[in-house]
Amino acid sequence: WRRNHRNTSCVIMSNNMQFMLLFSRQGKLRLQKWYVPLSDKEKKKITRELVQTVLARKPKMCSFLEWRDLKIVYKRYASLYFCCAIEDQDNELITLEIIHRYVELLDKYFGSVCELDIIFNFEKAYFILDEFLLGGEAQETSKKNVLKAIEQADLLQEVRYVIKPPWEQ
Amino acid sequence: MPAVSKGDGMRGLAVFISDIRNCKSKEAEIKRINKELANIRSKFKGDKALDGYSKKKYVCKLLFIFLLGHDIDFGHMEAVNLLSSNKYTEKQIGYLFISVLVNSNSELIRLINNAIKNDLSSRNPTFMCLALHCIANVGSREMAEAFASEIPRILVAGDTMDSVKQSAALCLLRLYKTSPDLVLMGEWTSRVVHLLNDQHMGVVTAAISLITCLSQKNPDEFKTCVSLAVSRLSRIVSSASTDLQDYTYYFVPAPWLSCKLLRLLQCYPPPEDGAVKGRLVECLETILNKAQEPPKSKKVQHSNAKNAILFEAISLIIHYDSEPNLLVRACNQLGQFLQHRETNLRYLALESMCTLASSEFSHEAVKTHIETVINALKTERDVSVRQRAADLLYAMCDRSNAKQIVAEMLSYLETADYSIREEMVLKVAILAEKYAVDYSWYVDTILNLIRIAGDYVSEEVWYRVIQIVINRDDVQGYAAKTVFEVLLHEPSKFGRWFGSVLLGRPLVQFNLLHSKFHLCSVPTRALLLSAYIKFINLFPETKATIQEVLRCDSQIRNSDVELQQRAVEYLKLSSIASTDVLATVLEEMPPFPERESSILAKLKKKKGPGAVSVTELDDSKREAGELNGGADRGPDTASTPSPSADLLGIRSAAPVGAAQTNAGSLLVDVFSDSGCSHFPFPLLPIHSLFVLLPICFHPCFVLGLSLHPCPVLWPPSSAPPSEDPAPPLSEADELLNKFVCKNNGVLFENQLLQIGIKSEYRQNLGRMYLFYGNKTSVQFASFSTTVSCPGELQLNVQSKPVEPLVEGGAQIQQVLNIECITDFCDAPLLNIKFSRYGGALQNLTLKLPVTINKFFQPTEMSSSDFFQRWKQLSQPQQEAQKIFKANHSMDTEVLKAKLLGLGTALLDNVDPNPENYVCAGVIQTKGQQIGCLLRLEPNAQAQMYRLTLRCSKDTVSKRLCELLAQQF
Repeated sequence: WRRNHRNTSCVIMSNNMQFMLLFSRQGKLRLQKWYVPLSDKEKKKITRELVQTVLARKPKMCSFLEWRDLKIVYKRYASLYFCCAIEDQDNELITLEIIHRYVELLDKYFGSVCELDIIFNFEKAYFILDEFLLGGEAQETSKKNVLKAIEQADLLQEVRYVIKPPWEQ
Repeated sequence: MPAVSKGDGMRGLAVFISDIRNCKSKEAEIKRINKELANIRSKFKGDKALDGYSKKKYVCKLLFIFLLGHDIDFGHMEAVNLLSSNKYTEKQIGYLFISVLVNSNSELIRLINNAIKNDLSSRNPTFMCLALHCIANVGSREMAEAFASEIPRILVAGDTMDSVKQSAALCLLRLYKTSPDLVLMGEWTSRVVHLLNDQHMGVVTAAISLITCLSQKNPDEFKTCVSLAVSRLSRIVSSASTDLQDYTYYFVPAPWLSCKLLRLLQCYPPPEDGAVKGRLVECLETILNKAQEPPKSKKVQHSNAKNAILFEAISLIIHYDSEPNLLVRACNQLGQFLQHRETNLRYLALESMCTLASSEFSHEAVKTHIETVINALKTERDVSVRQRAADLLYAMCDRSNAKQIVAEMLSYLETADYSIREEMVLKVAILAEKYAVDYSWYVDTILNLIRIAGDYVSEEVWYRVIQIVINRDDVQGYAAKTVFEVLLHEPSKFGRWFGSVLLGRPLVQFNLLHSKFHLCSVPTRALLLSAYIKFINLFPETKATIQEVLRCDSQIRNSDVELQQRAVEYLKLSSIASTDVLATVLEEMPPFPERESSILAKLKKKKGPGAVSVTELDDSKREAGELNGGADRGPDTASTPSPSADLLGIRSAAPVGAAQTNAGSLLVDVFSDSGCSHFPFPLLPIHSLFVLLPICFHPCFVLGLSLHPCPVLWPPSSAPPSEDPAPPLSEADELLNKFVCKNNGVLFENQLLQIGIKSEYRQNLGRMYLFYGNKTSVQFASFSTTVSCPGELQLNVQSKPVEPLVEGGAQIQQVLNIECITDFCDAPLLNIKFSRYGGALQNLTLKLPVTINKFFQPTEMSSSDFFQRWKQLSQPQQEAQKIFKANHSMDTEVLKAKLLGLGTALLDNVDPNPENYVCAGVIQTKGQQIGCLLRLEPNAQAQMYRLTLRCSKDTVSKRLCELLAQQF
C-alpha cells in the first residue's frame, strides 16, 4: 500500500479541511465555514445530512466517522457541536485539537464563552476563525498571537485613519 | 482583554437577533425576517444617504439572515462600498459579507478587486491581512488573475510583517488550488522553501502548507525542503516542552507544525543523504519512544497532540516501507492502542494497522493481533469502529487465516449494521475467491453469503461467482449439486443461480426449476427462459414439456416485453431449428477471459479511486489467474473434463451432432450485459446472436430481424505494414492444434490482447469471425491485421481492414472469408500490429486455425461401402498410420465429440470391434474432392492409440494424420 504515493499523484488539490460547522443540540447551525467552493444548495444538503448524522451518535462513540468520501471529526462542547470535514489522508487527532484550540480562543476572547456569545457576536467568531485558520490550514497556532491580532483590531474599531496609522508614525 | 464592546455597539443588530430568538414558530420567524428585509431594502433605496455605521449594521443583519438559511439577493453593493470605508470595523464587515456571500457577478468582482488592491498596497498590515483573508476565502479565478503575481512578492519581501506573510502564504495556497496555471513560483521557489527556516514559528506553520502542496506538484523543484524539514523537525522533537513557549500545546512542542513537517516528508522518498536520513530516523525513534513515556498531563489534549504526531510519524514510516525495525515498532505501538480505553485511539489504531498490513515487513506482526481485532468486530459498540475492524481483517487476510476471517465476517454479517452490509458482502466474496484452496469451501461460502445477506449481494458478486464456476470444471459438479439441494429447500433467495448453474436429471431438474418460476423477479425469469431453451438443446427429451411452457399465455403474451420476446423467439427457434442449428446457436460459452474481478472493481468504485491498493490489484490479478484458470488452464481442459468432478453424472449425456459442445457445460446466460460484458464474444441480446449465424443456414431464423448483408469479397487489406511481420510465435502450432476439432474459442491471449474466434465452414468456403479485445485501459493505435498465406498455400483469404483504433476495454471484430483452392498443409498466418501510448510497435504473428479438415463434408455409408472404399485406397502412399500414447482422457464421449468436431461422419456398426471408431468424409476444395477414411483404435490398457488414414490424395493422409495425432 502506498497511500502517500497516491496522494502525490492525485490529491494535489487536497484541502486540509473542507469545511467547519458549529451547530446546537437542537440542530441549529451557528457558524459555517466552507473552504471548498460549493453551491448554496449543496452546502445546505451537506449541513442537513451531517447534522442529522452527528446528532444521532451516542456520547461515548468515537469522534471520527467516514461520511461520503470524507472523514468527519467532531466534538461536543456543552450545547454546541463543532464538526470538521477532512480528507482521507488527513490527521484526525490534530483536527480534534484544532477544534479545541478554536474553542479556547473563543473562550479567552469572550470570557467563558457560551452559545449565546456566538449567536450575538457571530461576526467576531468568524474573525477569530480567520486569524486561526485560513483556507482550511492552520495559519497561527499560538493562542497569544491570534488574540493579539484580534485585540489590535478591536482597538482600531472606531479609529479613523485620516492621516497615518499609529504604527507608521 | 478589554471587556470588549462586543457587537461594536450595533444595538439594532442585537435587538433583531433577540427578536428572532423569541419567535415561537417558523412562520413568526419568517415574518420577522421579511419585515426586516423590507426595512433594509427601503433604507438602501432611500433618498437619504446612509452613514457608514448604518450601512454596516444593515449589511450585518443581512449576513445574519443569510446564515439562518435564507436567500439574500441584495446588499452586495453596500457591502462593496464598506470595503473602501476608512473605518476598520466597517471594512471588516464588508469583507466578511463578501467572503460569505460572494457571487460571480463580474461587475462586482471588479469593484471588490479594486478595493483589495488598494488595501494590499496600503502598507497597513491589518488592512493587508483583511484583503488577503478575503482572497483566501473567496479564491475565485478572477481573484487569481488579479493577484497571483502580486502575492508571492508580498510573501518573500524582507519588510513584510510576519502576520502578513502567514496570510500571504495561505492565500497563495488557495489561489494555487483554484488556478494552478496562474501561480508561477519560478524565481520565488528557493525563497519560499527557506521560509521553513524562518524564526517565527507561525510563519513556518503557514508556509509549510503551501510548500507541501507545491512539492506534490513539482517535487524536484522543491526537493531542498527535505533536509530543511528534517532539521526543523529534529529541533522540535528534541526540544524541552517549554522551549517553544506559546507554540507548546499541553506540554507537546508545536504539534501542528510537527504533523505538517511529517506530512511534507511523505511527499518524498527517504532522504538519500545518509546524515539527513540518520537524523530523521532518530526523530522517528524519539517519537516512538515518547509514546512509551508516562504522560506529562492527564488532559486528553496532551495525549491527542502527542498521538497526532505519533500517527503522522507512523504514516511516514509506512510510506517509506523500508525500515523493518520501525515498522515492527509501529505495529507494536498500534497493538497497544487496540486495547486502549479511548475509543478514538482504538479507531485510529485499527485504521493505521490496515496500511501496515500491506507491508511485507509488518504483515506478520499485524497478523498476531487477529484475536483482538475479531473481538473488536464483535464487541465494539460504535459501528464506525466495527467497520475499521472489518477493514483490518480484510487487510490482514492471507491464506493462513482466510477461513477464520471469512467465517468471522460471515457471522458478523448476520447482525451487521445495514449501512455497511453491502461492502462487507463484497469483501467476503473477494476473500473467498482470493484465498479459496478448495472450491467446495468457496461455493459453501458464497451460498452462505447469499443466505445471510441475499438482499445485499449485488449483481457483480453473482456475475463473478458464475464466471468462476464456468471457468473451473472441477467446481461445477459441486456447485450444481449444492445449489440443487438448496433449491429444494430455500427457493426464493437463489433466483440468480437458477439460470446459470443447472444440472441434475433433466426433467426432474426442469420441473423443480419451473416450480419456482412464479416466485422470481423479471430479470430472473428472463434468465430462466434462456435456461429452458438450453435445456432443449442439451436434453431433447425435455423439448415437448418446455415448448408447452413457452406456449402458454403467461409466457408468449407476457406483459413484460423482454419476457414475451424471449418466449416467442425461443419457441420459434425450438420448433424450426434442426438440432445442429440449435446446438450452434446455443453453443457453450467459452471460458471467461482472465480479467479483473468485477467485485473488486465494484469495491473500488464504492470506496473511491485509490481505496484499493495497487498490490491488492496485482494480487487479485494473479489470484484471479489461478482461480479462473485462464492462464494456467491446460490446453484442453475444456474438452477433457476430469471425471472425478462429475458428481451428478451429467457429462455422459453428450449431445450428438454439436461440434464440441461440452455436455457438462454450465449454462451461461448470454443476455447478461450491464457490468458483465464478457470479452471474447459479444454477449448481445438475442437478435445479435442471430446476426452471427451464417446466412447460409436458414432464412427463417431471421425472426423479423435483418441479417448482415451477405458480404461480397472485400479487397485485400490495403494498409501497408510499416514493419516486417514478426515470425510466428513459438506456441503458434500448439494454439492451432487446439482448434482442429473445434471452431470457436479463444485463440490467443496475453497481457494486452485477447483474440477470440468463431468460424463456420461449408463446402470449400469458410467464414471466420475474429474478435480482438483490448484488455488494457489504454487505446491501441495503428491497429492493423494482415493475413498471409505462406509459400504455396492454396487458400484464398479475404479480409476487410479493421479500425485502426481500439479503445481500452473494447473489442473489435473482423470477418475473414476463406476459400480452399486445393488441399494444403501449412496454416495461413495472421499478423497483428498495434502500438500503445504511441510507443513501440507490438508485432505478433499467429497461425490461423484453418486446417484441411475444416472443409470436410461428412459422408454416411454402410459397413460394406466403407470396406470396399477402404480397399480401393490401398496404395501405400495413400495410407498414413501413427501409433501414439494417449495425452488426454480416453473417455468414449470425449472421443466421439472430438471426432465429430473433426468434421467427418462417425460411423457406427462398421468396425467389427465396437471399441474402435471409424469415420468418413470428403474434403471439398475448389478443384477436387478428396475422399478420406479414418480408423482410430484405442487400447485403454496401454493408454495407446493406433490411427490410420486412407485418403484419395497422399498429402492429405499425411497431414490429417499429423493433425489428429495431437488431439487424443
